[in-house]
Formats: sequence, C-alpha cells, structure tokens
Amino acid sequence: MSELPIGAIADTALQVAPVTKARGYWATVGRRLSRDKVSMACALILMAIFIAALIAPWLGLADPYQGSMIRRLRHIGTPNYPLGTDELGRDMLSRLIYGGRLSLIIGILPVILAFCVGSSLGLVAGYIGGKINTAIMRTVDVFYAFPSVLLAIAISGALGAGIVNSIVSLTIVFVPQITRVAESVTTGVRNMDFVEAARASGANAFTIMRVHMLGNVLGPIFVYATGLISVSMILAAGLSFLGLGTKPPEPEWGLMLNTLRTAIYVNPWVAALPGAMIFAVSICFNLLSDGMRSAMDIRN
Amino acid sequence: MRATFSHKGRRKKEQAVLAYVARRIVYVIPIVISVALVCFLLVHITPGDPLVAVLPADASQELAQQLRAAYGFDRPLPVQFGLWLWRAVNGDLGHSIATGRPVLSEVLRAVGNTVTLAIAAALIGFTLGLLFGLIAGYFRDGWVDKLATSFAIAGVSVPHYWLGMVLVIIFSVELNWLPAVGAGPGGSGAWGWDWEHLRYLILPAITTSVIPMGIVTRTVRALTGDILSQDFVEALRAKGLRETDVFRHVVKNAAPTALAVMGLQLGYMLGGSILIETVFSWPGSGLLLNSAIFQRDLPLLQGTILVLALFFVFLNLMVDIAQAAIDPRIKRG
Repeated sequence: MSELPIGAIADTALQVAPVTKARGYWATVGRRLSRDKVSMACALILMAIFIAALIAPWLGLADPYQGSMIRRLRHIGTPNYPLGTDELGRDMLSRLIYGGRLSLIIGILPVILAFCVGSSLGLVAGYIGGKINTAIMRTVDVFYAFPSVLLAIAISGALGAGIVNSIVSLTIVFVPQITRVAESVTTGVRNMDFVEAARASGANAFTIMRVHMLGNVLGPIFVYATGLISVSMILAAGLSFLGLGTKPPEPEWGLMLNTLRTAIYVNPWVAALPGAMIFAVSICFNLLSDGMRSAMDIRN
Repeated sequence: MRATFSHKGRRKKEQAVLAYVARRIVYVIPIVISVALVCFLLVHITPGDPLVAVLPADASQELAQQLRAAYGFDRPLPVQFGLWLWRAVNGDLGHSIATGRPVLSEVLRAVGNTVTLAIAAALIGFTLGLLFGLIAGYFRDGWVDKLATSFAIAGVSVPHYWLGMVLVIIFSVELNWLPAVGAGPGGSGAWGWDWEHLRYLILPAITTSVIPMGIVTRTVRALTGDILSQDFVEALRAKGLRETDVFRHVVKNAAPTALAVMGLQLGYMLGGSILIETVFSWPGSGLLLNSAIFQRDLPLLQGTILVLALFFVFLNLMVDIAQAAIDPRIKRG
C-alpha cells in the first residue's frame, strides 16, 4: 500500500510530461501569434474581406454591373446606396465587395506561384551549389537589375493588357526575390549536422531536400512571401490602374480607381474608396508578416 | 584602433578596396549585357506585329515589307540584337515609331524631370526616415517608437498612386491650394526653380517620398536597435561618454547600411515613377513609358526601359563602391 502514492506521482509525471513535450516549434509559434493582438486583428479584417468577397452573391447586394444614368456619382450615405454610386451609377458597396474577388486573386496568385517556383529554384541552387547555383543565381541577378515596378510594367506592357498577363508579369517579378531568400536560407541549413547525418546514412539528394530541408527552409520563405503579398496587391492593382490588368466593366479595385479618377471633382471621396480597400489589405498582410516574423523568432 | 595602423597597413587596405572596386566594375559588364538582352527580347515577346502602330490598316504587303526592312525586323534575332546593341553603345536607340524623334533624346529629356522629382522626394523621405528611424530605435517600445513604426508601416503599405489621388482631393479639389497635374504653368514646358514651378512639385514629391520614408525608418530603427545592444556601446557608456557622444557612435555604425538602402531607394524612385507620374501627369520617364506602352511604340518602350535599368545598375554600383570606401570591413564576395 505504501507504494501507491509513489506510483501515482510517477503516473501524473508521465501524464504531464508528454503534454509539455508535445508542443513543437510550430505550435509555439502559433500560440505566440495568437497572443499578438495586432496580428489577430489583421487576420480578422482579412478574413472578413475574403469571406465577403467569397459569398458576395448571397449577401443581397445590388448588381455590381447594373448602372443607371440618372443616379450617377451619388454621395456616401445616400439612402439605398450607403457608399454612393460610381461614374456609371453602379452601387459602390456592391462593387467594392465583388471587387475583392478579382483584386485578391490577381494580388495573391502571383505570390503563390512565385513561392512554388522560387523556393524550388532556391532549394536546388542552395543544396546542389556549384555550377547550378551559379547559373540560377546569376540569372536572378539580372532581374535584380530592374526596379520591380519597372520590370512588372515592362513585361505586362510588352505582353499587352489582361488579367493573365498581369499575373504572369508579377510572378516573374517575385520569383527572383523568393529564389534569393530560399537560396540563402538553404545554404545556411545545408551544412548543419542533421543534414550531414542524413547524407552519411545514405539518403539521396532528393530525399534530403524533401524530408530534412524543406521543413526548415519553408518557414522563413513563407514569412517573406506573406510580406510580398502586400507589394503584390499594390502592384497588381497598379497595373489595372494603368489599364494593363483587368478590363471594364469588371469590378476590381485598381481599375475602379482608374475609372473614378475623372470624377474626383464631382464626388472625390467616393472616388477614393477602392484605394482604401487596397490599402487595408496591403497593411494587414504587412502587419501579419511582421507578427509572424517575431513569433518565429523564439529567442526573444 | 586607427592609430595602430601602420602606413603600410593602410596602403594595403586601400589596395584591397581598389581591387574590390575593379572586380565590382568588371562584374557589371555581364549584367549590363543581360539587361540589354532582356530589353531587346521584350519587344519580341510582344504579340502582334511591332509595326502595327505606324502601318495603316489597309497597307499593302509591299509597304509592310519595306517598313519591316527599314526597321530591320526582317533579319534573324541574334543579328538584330547585335546590331541594336552596337547602335545602343554608340548612343543610337532608334527612332520613336509614333513621333519619329530619336529615342535617346526623348528619354533623356524625360529622365531629367524624373530626377527632379526623385531628388525632391528623396530629400523629404530620407530626412524623415532617418529621423524617425533613429528616434524609434533609440526609444524602443516607447510611444515615440510606436508612432514612428506605424508611420513606417503605413508608408510601405499605402498604394502610392491612391495616396496621390487623396492628396489631390484634399489640396487641389477641396482646399484649392496646389495644382493637381502638370509640371509648371501653361502646360509642361521647361522646369524652373521658382515658386510657380515648385508648387507643382510638392504633391508628387510627397507622394513619392512615403515608400522610402517607410523603408528607411524600418531599416534605421532595426540598425539602431542592433547597435545599441552591442557590447561596445556598454563600454562607451562605462567609459563615461555622454549620451550625445554615444549617439554619434551609433550613427557612424549605422551609416554604411543606411546609405546602401537609401541608394537603392533612389533607384526605385527613378525607375518606378510610372504610377505617380501618371496620376500627376508629371512629364518624366514614367509618363513617357506609359505613352510608349499604349501607343505600342516599341523602340521608345525598349529605349526607356533600357535607360532606366542602366541608371539603376549604375546607382547600385555607386552604392557598393561608396559603401566599401566608407567601411572597409564590409564583406566582399
């Protein structure tokens, strides 16, 4: 009987131990991030904009394409048109919410594509090294010789206007940037002991890259890419603003800003609304990226 | 530290810096050629006939052939590239299809206006960025830091073309204080450094300055924070230095990196001015690029991009050299 308490203590110790041990790196990062009020607020705002754009047809909004010549450029706060109407008499609230669909796609998709291509290139360049590294990284250098805005506009100007062309040109702009980050992270991880151990135990290059390195390099690249979404949103809408992206009558924030520019003397604040949406999304992604970076920096 | 260097040692270091500069200049040559290749190829990824802008819709096949030969579009690509590059090296970037004027003179005239805008914006953006960054880094986590950091993050996140519109709405439409578009009274004539012209510069310059302001603030804040946490600062304080002198050491140590970031930002302002110049109808290289794109004026498009990219490469080179000269400890690869 006297053994029982000791056994009980050992049991509780055993029960407690796995719980504290089980929280790995990513769980810790997640917990730290969820305690960060700014990041959580940004995530909520982004979520609201995403979901509203997704379920726009079921929100009971006015038709975003249906204009009317007699109710053009109504002010903010007009009954039935809480955010006024645009230069063709279309409901602004509806167009802003519907506009999220295209704006978010053309802003985020290039970063996702560039993330896939760039991290693969960077991983290969960083892990294999030698001539392949030189070939990849010197090509990347060429793209770094152009300011990113200029490169995006040059490519999409040459390809011509259109949504696909704008996505392609932005992807080309971001691939070199992500490749560079991926390469430098990979080079850092490559010489660590566990990679050496895997190599010594006979794992081939592909296995080492997939199993041992990917998990260690993707985090920093992911954070960098999240920050790029902010730039990408601004550039994608900027291309549409110049007339190189979306075509009318599609609701898209950059294009709306362009067509409403002529109305700034009639109804200035309605004309400024689409830009406020771009700003909101861009700043939220930036703050979220900052929050993730400091959450991942466990030493602090 | 400095006193311990012998004369010989200093000469050795100067040689090392010079060798680095030479290597860096040699390294620029392949970059310049690749940049030229990218600019050249841009025209050839273009769908449709490059002559579409000048050719009347009902032009005969012969006329099209003649024009194609006149512009050299009928030769094989590598030959075209070689010829184009050779002419470009000799300062001939061809003639604009739309206006018939030489591309190089058109571009250089426009670049002048963009440089004016970029320098004005740099003065505003770098001054504020350095100020905010140093204060924020020094009083980390205080309310000043929070304020400066918020400014910085807003600066890097704002769609600048929209900010331009908002400034026009406030200062031109609502208050009627400043002109909304153009670069001078009576259309876009010659630029002058008087109030009549400067009024036109204020809004575009402020708009252009927000991104460099944000980036310089963030960089300098991080740098200052890092330097302040290093041991030598502790040593300086222990030695009994006044806080203003400690501050001077911090500034000295932050300077090379801050300088590099500012150089890069100046390059971005010169090369990425198209959106702001479109908003303000500022007659610079960006507006020229815009019209080249929409008139499908390919020689002008090619030439403008080439000149802007070369500017950027050159500026990067200058920054690297200046950095090596200021701080010989910089790692040179």
